[in-house]
Amino acid sequence: MLTRIPAATILGFVFSTLFFLLAIFAPLVAPYGYDEVVSTGFWEPATSDFLLGTDNIGRDLLSRMIYGLQTTIWIATLATILSFTTGSILGFLAAVMGGWIDQALSRFIDLMMSIPSLIFALVILSIMPITITILIVVMGLLDATRVYRLARAVAVDINVMDYVEAAKLRGERWRWIIFREILPNSLSPLVAEMGLRFIFAVLFISTLSFLGLGIQPPQADLGGLVKENAEGLTYGIGAALYPAATIAVLAISVNLVADWILSRTSSLKGGRG
Amino acid sequence: MTESLVRVRNLKIGATVYPPGGKPHDVEIVHGVDFDVRQGQVLGLIGESGAGKSTIGLATLAYGRGGVKIIDGEVWVNGRNILSTDLSDIRKLRGGEVTYVSQSAAASFNPAKQIMEQVIETSVQHGIYSKSQAESRAIDLFHQLSLPSPDTIGKRYPHQVSGGQLQRCMTALALCPEPNLVVFDEPTTALDVTTQIDVLAAIKRAINEIGVAALYITHDLAVVAQVADDIMVLKMGEMIEHGTTDQIINSPKEEYTRALVSVRSIDHPEKHPKGSPVLTCSNITARYRGTTFDVLHNVSLEIYPSQTLAVVGESGSGKSTLARTITGLLPPRDGKIMFDQRELSPDLPSRTLEDLREIQMIYQMADVAMNPRQTVGTIIGRPIEFYFQLRGKEKRQRVIELLDEIEMGKEFIGRYPAELSGGQKQRVCIARALAAKPKLIICDEVTSALDPLVADGILKLLLNLQSLENVAYLFITHDLATVKAIADSIVVMFEGKVQRYGRKSKVLSPPFDDYTDLLLSSVPEMRLGWLENVLATRKMESAGN
Repeated sequence: MLTRIPAATILGFVFSTLFFLLAIFAPLVAPYGYDEVVSTGFWEPATSDFLLGTDNIGRDLLSRMIYGLQTTIWIATLATILSFTTGSILGFLAAVMGGWIDQALSRFIDLMMSIPSLIFALVILSIMPITITILIVVMGLLDATRVYRLARAVAVDINVMDYVEAAKLRGERWRWIIFREILPNSLSPLVAEMGLRFIFAVLFISTLSFLGLGIQPPQADLGGLVKENAEGLTYGIGAALYPAATIAVLAISVNLVADWILSRTSSLKGGRG
Repeated sequence: MTESLVRVRNLKIGATVYPPGGKPHDVEIVHGVDFDVRQGQVLGLIGESGAGKSTIGLATLAYGRGGVKIIDGEVWVNGRNILSTDLSDIRKLRGGEVTYVSQSAAASFNPAKQIMEQVIETSVQHGIYSKSQAESRAIDLFHQLSLPSPDTIGKRYPHQVSGGQLQRCMTALALCPEPNLVVFDEPTTALDVTTQIDVLAAIKRAINEIGVAALYITHDLAVVAQVADDIMVLKMGEMIEHGTTDQIINSPKEEYTRALVSVRSIDHPEKHPKGSPVLTCSNITARYRGTTFDVLHNVSLEIYPSQTLAVVGESGSGKSTLARTITGLLPPRDGKIMFDQRELSPDLPSRTLEDLREIQMIYQMADVAMNPRQTVGTIIGRPIEFYFQLRGKEKRQRVIELLDEIEMGKEFIGRYPAELSGGQKQRVCIARALAAKPKLIICDEVTSALDPLVADGILKLLLNLQSLENVAYLFITHDLATVKAIADSIVVMFEGKVQRYGRKSKVLSPPFDDYTDLLLSSVPEMRLGWLENVLATRKMESAGN
């Protein structure tokens, strides 16, 4: 099957890999430090020293963007991992146990989902100290509600298969049923969903930073960079457009890969049709 | 000899396959088949799955299903080669000159439209009849097909008629535009035997009265023998034998045809009950949660060690529910289950590991009874590790032993279910059940999804293993031929009640109760004129009453 990857997927894959490599090797790639004021001016145009010019207080924009990418990807990845482990384990449990456990969990998740997650996050972050750990936990748990739904839907489908019944008749405990019978068969829709959820996490942390409740300066992240340089737009300075475009390209390229994985997965799409 | 209506010459059909782990490539699935169908002649196409019978049937509509391509050959219908004609001509052909009756009427009718609208649709669309003409023709056909209240049945929706009636409605749909050829693709396979006989009789009468030519595709030689004039036997896309029905049934020339004709003639002498019963159900009454009616009423039965009790009945008779009750998946509302001198607790969670080990189950669909992401080694090995705490080399040794018992080699250990054939899958399921060293195995329609020859192999294997391992079987099936081959005692179930119960010889010999009589006489026999005989006998009986 590897011979028939569509061009869009390859493009998405190349860009995603590039972004991740940049994030991992940020200190090696970035020409300057993320909080290093390297110029006396501000919003200077691009020169051979500063490839994308400088930002609102005279730091190298390219270096800040590379470090910003690192922060954004790092937080989004951890939040996605957290949301996936909690969401899918709870979803599988609900599907396998059924009865009141399923009811209680599902209705609680419904309750969580009935509150718009951005507002929920803003409320929590306005009363809690804003640290990276808290950001990750808040984002991860809010996103876990969506993963829970998908995982439960997929697991309910699998749970009625004869091979799961055979395992129950054998006397297997829930641990075997979840990890050996259900998980391997629900992996592909979950992995595809993981790509999409990662993008939502990127957008979410960017939004939070843009609103001032995410990553705090002087640390850089993509949303924060847009915020810092947004004022420049009024004076015809496009510095804010670079991080904004980076968010868009990152989102689209990861999405292209995730879409391809999803279209490859066989029948189980957890209600995605 | 008159000019033939359909002439197929050197038909070759190909498809692209996507083997697991391999590169997709093209294969030929029908290798140059020739046949003719005259006006009013019925040709039976018979073979196992993968023989290419449906593919050939659809080729007479110049159609290839799901990636199937007609590579070469000629298909002449009404004097023109439809493989080289243009699309507008093919449009006239499909649903006009050639029509198609599929296996599952329930899946073929649009549930949101009335039956009449769908029956006359093609005739009106093709401009063969006006709407009112088509409706009156449809009502005539409903009469011919002996549908109940033929004048008004068209006003019903598909879910408001039974499966057998819907299948006859589809036959009416196919006959409505006065086609020259009708392709019947396993029209009775999904039906119960007592329904099958009605549909078969209706189809046969309609074909004879209208004088239409037909291709009748089925895997059941006994069924096709009742309706076809000629039979063509296919295997793996190749013609094996082609002759009149009489010749194929009574003096088959080829080895493969002989095997098909003599299928299910396993001789199994009944064993006498010895010792105390391994399983005793007394007065089991059960219903599903959230419903208000009982699915099982007062069911009592006994199974003796290393014997087979066959549970026979049509769909909805409660046979699978009985299995669920015994395994503990559905706790009975009333009644007691004794297993090996001890009482079994009604629900699954409170049973001991020993209880669970000693009752094993084999399912109808081996495909979904095995985790597609586990290898054969894991599937068979897990019960060994789970019940007997064997690991590593010891476990592997036992898995190889079991593979040996089911006549498969140790090279299968690393394979995934997708890499096995239907029969091999069912064998692995049998090995998984045996791995627990059970005293009782519940076999739920284990052979009904398999081809007759493969099913025969599985039945022989089960009988062998029974004498080897001294295991008792509770054998659930709707197929009486299978019952004769394997049972020591029989329970006939009807609407959740035990209709007849006893030793095989007793249950299968007269005097019968009405239901058992109906059931037994509906099983198609491998001889010509069986259908007419049965219908005549039934007519006489009902006249006599």
